[in-house]
Amino acid sequence: MKILTLNNVHKIYNESEVQVHAVNGVSLEFDKGEFAAIVGPSGSGKTTLLNMIGGLDQPTEGEIIVDSTNIGSLKPSGLIDFRMYNIGFVFQAYNLIPVLTARENVEFIMHLQGRPRKEREARSRELLEAVGLADRMDSRPSKMSGGQQQRVAVARALASKPKFVLADEPTANLDSHSTENLLDIMERLNREEQVTFIFSTHDNRVVKKARRVITIEDGKVESDSTQK
Amino acid sequence: MREYVKLAWRNIWRNKRRTLITAASVFFAIFFALIMRSLQLGSYSNMIDNAVTLYSGHLQIHAKGYWDNKSINRTMVADDQLMGILDKQEMVRQVVPRLESFALGSSGPQTKGVMVMGVDPAKQDEMSNLSGRLTKGKYFQPAEQAAIVGQTLADYLRLGVGDTLVLLGQGFHGATAAGKYTIKGIVGIPKPDLDNKMVYLPLQTAQQMYMAPNRLTTLAVNLHEHGDLSAAVTNLRNDLSGSRYEVKTWREIMPELVQQIRSDNASGWILLAILYLIIAFGVFGTVMMMINERKREFGVMIAVGMHKIKLAVVVTLEMAFIGLLGLLAGIAGSMPVILYYHYHPIRLGGEVAESIKDFGIEPIMPMAWQADFYASQTLIVAAIVVVAVLYPIYSITRIRPVKAMRG
Repeated sequence: MKILTLNNVHKIYNESEVQVHAVNGVSLEFDKGEFAAIVGPSGSGKTTLLNMIGGLDQPTEGEIIVDSTNIGSLKPSGLIDFRMYNIGFVFQAYNLIPVLTARENVEFIMHLQGRPRKEREARSRELLEAVGLADRMDSRPSKMSGGQQQRVAVARALASKPKFVLADEPTANLDSHSTENLLDIMERLNREEQVTFIFSTHDNRVVKKARRVITIEDGKVESDSTQK
Repeated sequence: MREYVKLAWRNIWRNKRRTLITAASVFFAIFFALIMRSLQLGSYSNMIDNAVTLYSGHLQIHAKGYWDNKSINRTMVADDQLMGILDKQEMVRQVVPRLESFALGSSGPQTKGVMVMGVDPAKQDEMSNLSGRLTKGKYFQPAEQAAIVGQTLADYLRLGVGDTLVLLGQGFHGATAAGKYTIKGIVGIPKPDLDNKMVYLPLQTAQQMYMAPNRLTTLAVNLHEHGDLSAAVTNLRNDLSGSRYEVKTWREIMPELVQQIRSDNASGWILLAILYLIIAFGVFGTVMMMINERKREFGVMIAVGMHKIKLAVVVTLEMAFIGLLGLLAGIAGSMPVILYYHYHPIRLGGEVAESIKDFGIEPIMPMAWQADFYASQTLIVAAIVVVAVLYPIYSITRIRPVKAMRG
């Protein structure tokens, strides 16, 4: 079942009279439950592509369709709501809200969705247990390690029950043990919650775990392969 | 909303020092604004009190047209109906009858134009403590053929206690007004222009001299509270509408005092405006710093689904909390000072006191205790917070998550 389609997507930046073609005619499709990695060297356009898929940036040309909605046709405020209900984000620098505890960070997006308190509490507990942080629910980000913060970020991304999770270089700031641990958790959640994960990475440890690897170079898809 | 309040409250304590410095700037501005304004309003109140008790009363009742043309022919008789209307007013504390006119005062070779004020000795004394202001001699009795004169006038006419003052003027309906009066006392009137021309006679004595038995120029009315003035004037003007009387407030009687207060008040507001500007720039600076520091965080919040307007609400709440902290601390800090000096006014001494006395004002500086002033300060600070966050809110609406997250 297709949940995401990219049709001939371009992104051109006009940087001081020089045009930069960051994404150059990318067409891709993603099915529900995929665990895919977009790989490529720095400046290849993978983060730009991820930003456009997440509705954080607009393509210069082409269309991005999420579950039959062309997100380019949404107004800015509609796009914010669309992201809230359909897309989960995991960032390289974790980007948790520093004044909220782990549990409150996970609940935050559900609060924005207007979900009842009991449901929020149950879901945040369930997710934090799933990422192995049952004992750190009431800790603030500053009291947690980078790996723990990224696990909270994963729980936050899943809290809204999104159609897919976009993770931009999620392991870039983590040591190998934390990376391994995080990838195992995401893989398990991918299986159990049937949530699609799309990573941008140049970390081989992530690439090895991915079931689909899309290689991007100079804004173009160089290869798209599946692996066991 | 509770979540946003919680978020805002926690956010302000992320940088305790900055929050406390900003709240302190609001505190000091409010503290000094309240102290300064209370002192100013207290001084005005003192000036008005002095002027009202010494001369005018809170309001006066005259025969219609008297105030515009102060002639002995425009006198009135305070009939039972008028006194009944005044008795009925609960706000009225005291009614003091007077007959005021001008005459030529003479003693030996010295002559001077004087103001004659025929007063009910007991009531006038109750109103302006005339007997307490005597520097020489004694206070007069009703119908006594005696006069009390101002110190400066006495010096000019070379009058002492027991000397005779001759008064000559125009009486009611063209009659000659003349009389000889023994100087019973000399008073120091704390208003130089009055001290130089004032001759007090017992009311009946003045009525005899001016050939105007039972007639009055003025009923000076004092109220229990300053604040009752407009209500009392409205009531009396309604009750006396269509009659042969007019009602004038102390503001109409002493426009120069009103003008003096008004111009001083304007300078006070300029100082207050400077203090408010300090608050506004303090709050503006803090909110701009906060927004610049947290752009990445804001970008993330917008990315995950928070609407910019909600983010603006959180930032506004943060500023409101800081403003409120400073405001409450400022009110709490100023309250005991203001209350103390309200009940124990600063008493001036030396030359300053003497020069203030010359203007007929008691040389004290009380602080006014007015609840409405606290309310207006709260509203002003709230308005400042709103104005100071307008531009920052605008900049929040311009945040693009991708750019913000890139830092």
